[in-house]
Amino acid sequence: MRKLTVLSILVIISVLVAACAPAATEAPAATEAPATEAPAPAAPPPAPVIEVTVPGYGETLKAVQERGNIVCGVNAQVPGFGYVDTAGVFSGFDVDFCRALAAAVFGDPGKVEYRALTSSERFTALQAGEIDVLSRNTTWTLTRDTELTGNFVHTMFYDGQGMMVPVDSGLTTLKDLEGGTICVQTGTTTELNLADVMAAEGITYTPAVFEDSNATLAAYAEGRCDAITTDKSGLVSNRASLADPAAHVIMDVTMSKEPLGPMVRHGDDQWFDIVQWTAFALFTAEEFDITSANVDDVKASATNPSVMRLLGVEPGMGAKLGLSEDWAYNIIKLVGNYEEIYNANLGPDTPTFIPRGLNSLYTDGGLLYAPPVR
Amino acid sequence: MNQPDTILPPLTERSGILRWLRHNLFGTWLDGLLTVFGLLLIYLAAKGLLTWIFTIAEWDVVVANLRLFMIGQFPLEQVGRLWVGLGFLLFLTGNSLAIWDKRSYIAAILVLAFPLFLAFLPFDSNTRQWLIFLTATGAIGWGLGFSNPQALKKTVVAGWIISLPIIVLLTRGFTDPEAGGAIAIVGTNLWGGLLLTFLLTVVANIFSFPLGLFLALGRRSELPIIRWFSVGYIELVRGVPLITILFMAQLMLPLFVPGGMDIDRVLRAMVGMTLFSAAYLAENVRGGLQAIPKGQFEAAHALGLSGAKTMIFVILPQALRLIIPILVGQFISVFKDTALVAIVGLFDLLGIARTVLSQPEFIGLHREVYAFVSLLYWVLSYAMSYISQRLETSLGIGTR
Repeated sequence: MRKLTVLSILVIISVLVAACAPAATEAPAATEAPATEAPAPAAPPPAPVIEVTVPGYGETLKAVQERGNIVCGVNAQVPGFGYVDTAGVFSGFDVDFCRALAAAVFGDPGKVEYRALTSSERFTALQAGEIDVLSRNTTWTLTRDTELTGNFVHTMFYDGQGMMVPVDSGLTTLKDLEGGTICVQTGTTTELNLADVMAAEGITYTPAVFEDSNATLAAYAEGRCDAITTDKSGLVSNRASLADPAAHVIMDVTMSKEPLGPMVRHGDDQWFDIVQWTAFALFTAEEFDITSANVDDVKASATNPSVMRLLGVEPGMGAKLGLSEDWAYNIIKLVGNYEEIYNANLGPDTPTFIPRGLNSLYTDGGLLYAPPVR
Repeated sequence: MNQPDTILPPLTERSGILRWLRHNLFGTWLDGLLTVFGLLLIYLAAKGLLTWIFTIAEWDVVVANLRLFMIGQFPLEQVGRLWVGLGFLLFLTGNSLAIWDKRSYIAAILVLAFPLFLAFLPFDSNTRQWLIFLTATGAIGWGLGFSNPQALKKTVVAGWIISLPIIVLLTRGFTDPEAGGAIAIVGTNLWGGLLLTFLLTVVANIFSFPLGLFLALGRRSELPIIRWFSVGYIELVRGVPLITILFMAQLMLPLFVPGGMDIDRVLRAMVGMTLFSAAYLAENVRGGLQAIPKGQFEAAHALGLSGAKTMIFVILPQALRLIIPILVGQFISVFKDTALVAIVGLFDLLGIARTVLSQPEFIGLHREVYAFVSLLYWVLSYAMSYISQRLETSLGIGTR
């Protein structure tokens, strides 16, 4: 009898330990909180496949309007993208997207309840309906777009692996690094990307590999390498923590694809459209040079039909989204266009400056391209 | 021969700082060498530390974010009620010190004058007024307790019992947040910093105590189902790290409950910590129960006491007194374990420290922020330990 008891307890414990294993291995990843969680080379822990009631068409907007705010999943630990400022207010690039969405839905960017999420719980929170939209520097990959019962809406920030060098080294392109030493963290996609890119460009270099990001940065700070490489948004905080940030510059090259963007649940296409067109409204406003400062003048004197449709002078567009006609006007007036959001959080005047690079309008050689508002 | 019992050395050799130094630090040449070497080590270590603290460290990050460290994102216009709650606690503390720990003026003065000391630091005038208010309420409580200790005993105990609901209600509020007002509801998503750490600790400790007690009694029960359940629960929970329980609560629970039903995240963490702590507490209590000799049970039986009465009036009072040091250790460990909720995205003291570190203007100031947070943890843990020692002395534990 006693043996049976002991045996059954052992079985229960082993089942529990097995069930907990993925969560336990996630823990160290969560503590590091890198700016972009690049798709890991090893298979990621399988998401628990459990049937959840997926809200149908239009349900999210209805629920949001009844509740009176949007619950937005954000990161609270990435400089420039998501953090709590000294006044206790959420700030950053990803956070401003939530504010733009609230401006579109309610005409009030403050009607957002922020939910600080770790990288391991972000998808569960979205699946379980705890948040309406996930705006948390999440890289768009096929697996995440399908298995996690969510849809990536649009890329808001084209991140990618970057390279930082001392200003006085005079290095500006990858070719200049020929024969140089590059500090890189081992066991990451970063290391593999570096090898791929350099091989493709035919550049020979010596990698100096380190176990963790702090050691990598320390080696670079001591001058043991000519350059350091990691994701650009990570390089920004690396740069700021160096003794003299102004003495270092992030090269205008991108070595891997890390498209970061908001994500919504499967099943509610209307909400998907609203989130998507919030992003497009931000791009379009920059394209037509409409800013929070001049939007009233532009609205009063608009002659361009595209601008008139965007700002609701010529009605019809808002109703198709299930929103008021001044949805885009509110976004621009209350939050700003894409450029304003970018410059406020990642622009040249901030400690977290990232050159716009791919995050420029298509007219400036970037990738931001919004379909016509008609 | 009238030889005295002990031969006292001459007066000059008994007293004086130089004498003490020579005797204790430079007794032999080896002692002297060790002393010099030790002093050198202390100097080297302290020099680096002090240079860093006073010249290199940029404490701006702590000063600018003090509010976040203390209360997280709790709205500033609602902060008055937290001060009131703190005042209530200090009133009770002053009262209790006067009633149960009469001899120690020092403890009372330390506790009550601390807010007054803080009021001299350059805070804004509002904060200073509240700090003076704290000292005043504490002093009033102390004075009342001192003048009339016997009559107030029961009131103070009742006050402590209702203090947790009062503090939680004051923190949460009860009127519609849309309408505003001084007692509007503040969502738990805005609770943070030391406030959240404090609430998590207190709730987990208070609720795990009865739970642990029942589990300990259940484990010694003669009814097989109750015994197996208790053993199963204790061994299951003790075999799992706390962090996995918190992960389960934050990640798995939302998938099991029906869609749209949103269980508060702070509540989830509180329940997880309580369930975890209860299993450890049960074993501590069981240790206390086992230390009670069998003769106590037999004597109670001989007096005709029932099983329950034996437990309540004879065994438990002795067992719990025995394990007070262990219980305090457990409470302190729960207090420090609350830091784990930072990993599941809550803004407790450590969680808020991590988001402060990502403020663009303060990037790279890890050392300052973590040094400040660890100092806070140490001060509070030591305070708990000190209070428990006083409690032991005044209850006469350890002296039989």
